[in-house]
Amino acid sequence: MSHRAHPGLNLGAAQGDAGSRTEKTVFGFWVFLMSDMITFGILFGHYVVMQRARAGGPGPETLFDLRSVALQTGLLLTSSFTYGLASLGLKHAGTARAVLPWLAVTAALGAGFLALELRDFASMASRGGVPQRSGYLSALWVLVGLHGLHVTMGLFWMAVMAALIAVQGLTDRVKTRLLLLGLYWHFLDLIWIGILSVVFLGGMA
Amino acid sequence: MGAPFGRLDWSATPFDDFLRNPSLNEAVSSGAALTVVLGAAATLWLLTRHHLWGPLWRDWLTSPDHKRIGIMYVVLAGVMFLRGVLEGAVMRTHQVSALNGGILSPDHYAQLFSTHGTIMIFFVATPLVTGLINFAVPLQIGARDMAFPVLNQVSLGLTASGAGLVMLSLVLGQFGTGGWTMYPPFTGATFSPGPGVDYWIWAVGLSGIGSTLAGMNIAVTIYKLRAPGMTFLRMPMFTWTALCTAIMMVYAFPAVTASTAMLALDRVAGFHFFTNDLGGNMMQYANIFWMFGHPEVYIVVLPAFGVYSEISATFAAKRLYGYNSLVIATMAIAVVSFAVWLHHFFTMGQNGRINAAFGIATMVIAVPTGVKVYDWMATLFRGRVRITVPIIYLTGFFILFVFGGLTGVILANPAINYQLHNSQFVVAHFHNVLVPGTLFGMFAGIHYWFPKAFGFRLDEKLARRTALLWVAGFCLAFLPLYWLGLMGMPRRAASYDNPAFQPAMWLAFGGAAILVAALASLIHTFWASARNRAALACPLGDPWDGRSLEWATSAPPPPYNFWAIPSVRALDPFTLEKAEGTPYAEADAYEDVDMPRHTALGMIVAVAGGALGLAMVWWIWWLAVLSGAAIVGAVVLRAFATNTHETIPAAEVAAAHRRFLAAIRTARAIGRDDEMLPANRGLADPAVPA
Repeated sequence: MSHRAHPGLNLGAAQGDAGSRTEKTVFGFWVFLMSDMITFGILFGHYVVMQRARAGGPGPETLFDLRSVALQTGLLLTSSFTYGLASLGLKHAGTARAVLPWLAVTAALGAGFLALELRDFASMASRGGVPQRSGYLSALWVLVGLHGLHVTMGLFWMAVMAALIAVQGLTDRVKTRLLLLGLYWHFLDLIWIGILSVVFLGGMA
Repeated sequence: MGAPFGRLDWSATPFDDFLRNPSLNEAVSSGAALTVVLGAAATLWLLTRHHLWGPLWRDWLTSPDHKRIGIMYVVLAGVMFLRGVLEGAVMRTHQVSALNGGILSPDHYAQLFSTHGTIMIFFVATPLVTGLINFAVPLQIGARDMAFPVLNQVSLGLTASGAGLVMLSLVLGQFGTGGWTMYPPFTGATFSPGPGVDYWIWAVGLSGIGSTLAGMNIAVTIYKLRAPGMTFLRMPMFTWTALCTAIMMVYAFPAVTASTAMLALDRVAGFHFFTNDLGGNMMQYANIFWMFGHPEVYIVVLPAFGVYSEISATFAAKRLYGYNSLVIATMAIAVVSFAVWLHHFFTMGQNGRINAAFGIATMVIAVPTGVKVYDWMATLFRGRVRITVPIIYLTGFFILFVFGGLTGVILANPAINYQLHNSQFVVAHFHNVLVPGTLFGMFAGIHYWFPKAFGFRLDEKLARRTALLWVAGFCLAFLPLYWLGLMGMPRRAASYDNPAFQPAMWLAFGGAAILVAALASLIHTFWASARNRAALACPLGDPWDGRSLEWATSAPPPPYNFWAIPSVRALDPFTLEKAEGTPYAEADAYEDVDMPRHTALGMIVAVAGGALGLAMVWWIWWLAVLSGAAIVGAVVLRAFATNTHETIPAAEVAAAHRRFLAAIRTARAIGRDDEMLPANRGLADPAVPA
């Protein structure tokens, strides 16, 4: 069954049926991500519909700071790359030493992204761009905010994984969860590219 | 926020209103609240008196066993169904008195139709379907459990906490009055400032997340845990419908989660998604809600179609006709159902071309549905049909559902829809499809699998009486509403001034009375069958000469379902084995069975989720933070648990199987025509060809 296990996963020399057990969990997580994608899809659709519903309130030209957005994009995409390095460490070395440092770098980059995003939200609010101002701003805050909430959850998950590795070591279950966290983290990149294209670049076009 | 209980205080109960103003209207709401309180107290007292807390906790509430979780789903749906039916009866009683007035206040009546719809869709139909799937699918595909047994508990817990909130709304405060769809802007903070809409939001939101997770679990189970040899086109038809329903749950429920969350933000945080001012757009609510709402209709009806497929083949003792066409039809319905949502609001301002597209898509759904009806009829044709209780439901379904489907095609025509929209015709239509479709199907399924779950059959005579009462009561209670709709009576109207409506209202009232009698008869059927369970016992597990794998194991099945995982060579594998004379064979080798240990996680999520909902309804922020933290903490702690499985040694499994086989060898096999006799212990006579 091992040929059906995920290629990025090193389940150890005496793998047994751990590979086929993983298959069920990984597939289930893909299904979860698909469902989550629907939630984002609905909010994207809603945002596009509400783009003109500004009710005289501020719009992208007064609210967006593209330099900050570019920086956030860079941080988030780099964090995905560093998570990839953690996954490679998991696959080839299979030791905590090969995984934990990259996990820490990823978390730091993610936290940087979040800090910039929060700063942008605060600056938008200071210019009257609060979600209570217009239907457009409600849609904007919830779409971008939900992604930010996901990033926050991802950081929390990374902390839990670090604790799990510290307590239990790299057991098969821990490895599988690292793989799921990776799927989740790369998925957030995908959503962010959508937000960058539709909300930020689309809004300034 | 100074008050420790937010905006909740003693004036929230209906009792003080009754004391101040002892009218019939207040008596009804106080009586309902009292029923909830007394019902809960009586349950607690009975559990204590019979020392059942321990078994309830150990064997049920903490069990990750899919069979028990399935049964708990159905029991939850049953409790909510009691309330839903009684509310329907109260509404009909009000309606016959509603010529220029009525016994209930308009506000109370609005709460009734809102809770009735919410309960019947979210807390009866959905958990019935999820419960039946949970129970039957792993058995049908030869699996030991669901893919994620503990997640299964969590799904049930979230659904139960939502149901608990709806029940609580009878005692504390009032429910929303916006119908089961709760359209803003009426349900926004400006026009509905009280806690009523928030009850709906949190009940539907929590149970919606539960259903999303349940859908994932079911889909992964069917994709990944099928027994060796069970290819997709060897799956029983019920499993196929379960797969389609699960996929639809995964895709549709996020929409309702999003729309309720957005409505909550509008109400609590002053956002402008759906408000009248500052750019809000309520049409977006209608769109997002119905992107969920329409697939939901098929989520609850497809598994009923699955049940009809199983019972028509079993009770006609004949292979299902047109299996492949049924599979294609089911998938077609699942796909097209995502492209019809707009027919719920043809009159809300789109141009004619858009209406036409959605109208045509809606009519198209009738085609695969029609294919199914013909397939079932062809299955019965020249079969050796036994007129059992499930077949009675099937017969009622054939005639009534086709009728309801045809009125659906009528409504799908936008031009006609402009005349009939928001009239009693619509009420008649959706009851006409959901009652004979979903409800009769679930009743048939419960009757069919009840012996598998509990080891004894339901009393056939009493169940037959119950079935006939449901069919008769349905006809009388809902068919007159078509007539009322055509006469122009609007739906959801608390009173009317046209005396011409009265005769039909009285007919419908008579129907409601029969439906209440059917409900009583249903309870009596369960009660009397349980008392007579020794005579009805069928521990050997195959009382109906079944065709799929679930009938090959004992009743109730062992916790791990199968002593040895079966291997499958064809559709209807158990029938094939019986025909070849090779059922009940000892396995070549037995394996250790790895089963998940019991855990309280589902219960923690249920209790904390309920507390979270209550806190958000009443603005008790400290409780919201506390219960949210409890859920997160429990899930994180669970991640650290390592001792989550226990192993049942192969020798123990083998011994249990040999005991079962010994019982089979000494039992008397019963022919199909004698299956209602007490001699039917669950061993079908292989000499009767299928």
